[in-house]
Amino acid sequence: MTAEEDSTGTGRTPVPGRRADQAAAVEPGPEARPQDTRAETGGARSSVGRRALLGWGGAGLALGAVAAGGTATALHNDEADAASASAGQAVPFHGTHQAGISTAVPDRLHFAAFDVTTEDREELIQLLKDWTTAAARMTAGHAVGDGAFGPVPESPPDDTGEAAGLKPSRLTLTVGFGPSLFDKDRFGLAEQRPEALVELPAFPGDKLEKARSGGDLCVQACADDPQVAVHAIRNLARIAFGKAAIRWSQLGFGKTSSTTPDAQTPRNMFGFKDGTRNVSGSDKKALDEHVWVAEKDGPAWLADGSYLVARRIRMHIETWDRTSLKEQEDIFGRDKREGAPVGKAKEHDEPFLKAMLPTSHVRLAHPDAHNGARILRRGYSFTDGTDGLGRLDAGLFFLAYQRDVRRGFIPIQRSLARHDALNEYIQHVGSAVFAVPPGVRDKDDWWGRELFS
Amino acid sequence: MRPVRLCAVSAALAAISVAAVSGCAEKADAGGEGAIEVTATDDSCEVSRKTFPAGHVQLAVENKGSKVTEVYVLYPDGRIVTERENIGAGTKAKVTAEIKAGDYEIACKPGMKGDGIRQKVEATGGGKPAKRDPKLDAAVSAYRDYVLEQAELTLPKAEKFAEAVKAGDLEKAKKLYAPSRIGWERTEPVAESFGTIDPKVDLREDGLEDGQDPEKDWTGWHRLEKSLWKNEKITATDKKLADQLIKDLTTWQKKVGKAEITPTSMANGAKELLDEVATGKVTGEEERYSHTDLVDFKANVEGAHKSYELLKPVAKKNDAALVKELDTQFAAIDELLDKYRQDDGEDPDEYAFTSYDKVGKDERKKLSDGVNALAEPLSKLAAAVVK
Repeated sequence: MTAEEDSTGTGRTPVPGRRADQAAAVEPGPEARPQDTRAETGGARSSVGRRALLGWGGAGLALGAVAAGGTATALHNDEADAASASAGQAVPFHGTHQAGISTAVPDRLHFAAFDVTTEDREELIQLLKDWTTAAARMTAGHAVGDGAFGPVPESPPDDTGEAAGLKPSRLTLTVGFGPSLFDKDRFGLAEQRPEALVELPAFPGDKLEKARSGGDLCVQACADDPQVAVHAIRNLARIAFGKAAIRWSQLGFGKTSSTTPDAQTPRNMFGFKDGTRNVSGSDKKALDEHVWVAEKDGPAWLADGSYLVARRIRMHIETWDRTSLKEQEDIFGRDKREGAPVGKAKEHDEPFLKAMLPTSHVRLAHPDAHNGARILRRGYSFTDGTDGLGRLDAGLFFLAYQRDVRRGFIPIQRSLARHDALNEYIQHVGSAVFAVPPGVRDKDDWWGRELFS
Repeated sequence: MRPVRLCAVSAALAAISVAAVSGCAEKADAGGEGAIEVTATDDSCEVSRKTFPAGHVQLAVENKGSKVTEVYVLYPDGRIVTERENIGAGTKAKVTAEIKAGDYEIACKPGMKGDGIRQKVEATGGGKPAKRDPKLDAAVSAYRDYVLEQAELTLPKAEKFAEAVKAGDLEKAKKLYAPSRIGWERTEPVAESFGTIDPKVDLREDGLEDGQDPEKDWTGWHRLEKSLWKNEKITATDKKLADQLIKDLTTWQKKVGKAEITPTSMANGAKELLDEVATGKVTGEEERYSHTDLVDFKANVEGAHKSYELLKPVAKKNDAALVKELDTQFAAIDELLDKYRQDDGEDPDEYAFTSYDKVGKDERKKLSDGVNALAEPLSKLAAAVVK
C-alpha cells in the first residue's frame, strides 16, 4: 500500500490556465470543464530532488527499469513538456507517437481489451474513427458528442457524465491491435500482420485465465483521477457496442514505474521501489533504440508505433508479508529501505550483479543478462478485493512497451520464469500482446489509418 | 421510468398527463341537459351529436340491441378516456368524463368483443391541444392493440397452466409454465405500469421485503416455478395460487386499454425490455429453477421488435442510420437466439429453447454482448421519434 500512500496527500499543483491553450486544437464542448473540485485525488509526486535511476527492468515483477535516465529534453511528440504537466492538465492527443507510452505516467489506470464483434471491415474502421474523435475530446477534458446533459430529454445523453466538472487529469488513451485481429478471413489484414507480433510462448509457472487474456483491441487509459480514466473506457465501450465488446479490463493504481526522472521512486505491492531506471520518456536515443518501431523494422504501417505486453501478475501478499526482511531483500537483490543494490549504499548506485544471488530478481532482469534488451514499463498495482479465501486479490498489472517483443519481453521473462526467486510469491494469471500503431497526426487522422488504408 | 400509467382517478391522471387528457368512468349521477345520447344496437352505434363543448361531458347510453355491450370514449391513439362495461340489453347507463378539446372516438362493443363500432367526435373550444403526428398516433394505437392481444392470448395459456397445477400434474405444469408467460414478457413495461399487478404475478423470491413471509406474501409464476422445479411437488396452496394468478392476469387484461402509451414510452419501453434481458435473463436469475430464461429472452426481444416496427416509419424519416443499425442488430440477436431454439418453429405456442443452465459462460457473454449491441441504439429510438 506504500505506493498508494505515497501518491496521495502529496502536494498537488493547482491548475494554471494552460489547459485551455493545450486543448486549443480541439473544439471546446458544450461543457468545457471548470476548475476541478476534486483536488484530493491523484496528484504529482512531491518534488524531492531524487532522480529516478536505479531499478531494474524485470519482466516478471519488474522492479525498476533499465538504463540510465537521460536528461529531460523534449518529451513527447515535440508538442509539450508533458513530463512537467501538473496533475489535471491535458496531454496533447495528436503527435508522431501515441500518448501514453513515453509520456509521464499518471497514478491511475483503466485498461480494457476488446473483442471485435462485427465482421464488417468498414464498421471496424468507423469504430476506430469514432473512438479517435471521442478520445481527442476526452483527453482535452471535453465531453463526448453533445455532452452529458442533453439535448433530447427522452434520450440518454451522448456522454455518461461522471467526468463532468473534472479536469483533463493528464488523461491519455492508447490503442493497440491484438494478433487475432490479423487472422485470415477476418478483415483482410493477414498480410499486414507484423512478424514481431507473436503470440507469447508458455512460460513455466503461468496460470493464464482465458477471461483475462488476449483481445483484438486494447485501450490503455491513464489519468491522475481514476474517475476520468474509467469515464474514458466506459464511453469508448459504449461507442463500441455492436462492433466491439469488452473482453476483460483492469483497474490500476499507484504506478509501479515511471517514464520521468521522478521525484520519488514508486514502490510496488511488495514494498520495494520500482521503476527507477525505466526507459525515460525524455531519452530519445533509448526510445528509438528500444521502444519505437522504425520504418525499416516493418511493416510500414507500424512505423513510430510500438508493441505492448500486458500481464496480470497476482502477488501472494500474505506469504510475502511473512517472509523475513533478509529473504525479501535477497530475492530482489537490493535493500528495502533505500533501494540500494547489494553491497551499495544508495538507490541509484550502479549495481554489481555478481554480488547478488543468481536467482535474484534484479540480477535476472538486468539488460546485461539479455544482450542489452530493454523495455519501457508502465505497470500499475491492483487490488481487486479479496479472493473468497480472504486473501487480497492483488498484484502488479504489468505493461511494457518495446520495439520487438521477441527481443524485449520474451527473453527477459523466459529467464525470470525459470530462475527468479520471486516466483514463489507471484503468478502470471493474465496475458496479452498488442501492436500499437503510431500517433494520430492531426484532426483528420485516426487510429489505425495506416493499417487500413 | 415507467412508460405508461394507469388511469386510476381522473384527478391524478390530469396531474401527470400532458396532452388532451383526463377522464375515467365515474358514477353518473349528473344527467339531464347536455348529455350526448348514444344509442347502441347489435350493429350500430348512433351518437346524437358529433361536436360538443369540451369540459364536463356526459354520455347517456341506451342499449337497444340484444347483446350486452360496452361504450368507450377513445383518444386518437386508442387510449381509453372513459368507458362503461356490461350495459345489458334494453338497459340504460350514464358515463361522465372531463374531456379536453380535441378529436375522439366513441365506440360501442356489442357482445363486449373486438374493436367495436366507432364514431368520430370532436370536443371544441378552449385551448386546442397541439396536434400530434397522426402517424405516431397510429403507431400507438396499433401497439395498444398488440398489448391487448397479448393479454388476451396469455389468459387461455395461463388457464391451461393453472389447470395442470390444480390437477396436480407436475410434468404437464412444467411444460405449460414458460408458454404461459410469453404474452406478459412481450409487453412487460406496460404490464409493469400497473404497479399492483406486477408484484402479484411476476415477483421473484428475492423481491420480498424483510418481514414479508414467502409463505403468505409470495404469489405468482415464480412461486409456482419453485414448487414445480425445486420442491417438485404441488401443494394445496399452489393450487390456490394458480387460481390467484388467473384472477390477477384477468385484472391485467382489463386494465391494459387504459395504460397511457406514448410514442416515446413505446420506444423506451422497447429498450426496457432489453434491459430486462440484460439484468435478469442473461444472468439466469429470472428463471432460476426452471431455466427457461431464453423463452423470456425471446419474448422480450419480440415485444421490443413490435414497438420498433411500429415506430420505424417515423424513425426512418428522422434517423435513417439508426434504423439501419437497429435492423441489423435485431436480425443479429434473432440469429443468435435461434441457435438455442429446439422446436421447429411451426407451432406458435411452442417455444422450446435450450435450458439456460446448459448455456456456458462464453455463450452467455455472447448473448450479453448481443443485448448491449441492440439496447444501445435502441436507447436512441425515442429521440428519433420525437425529433
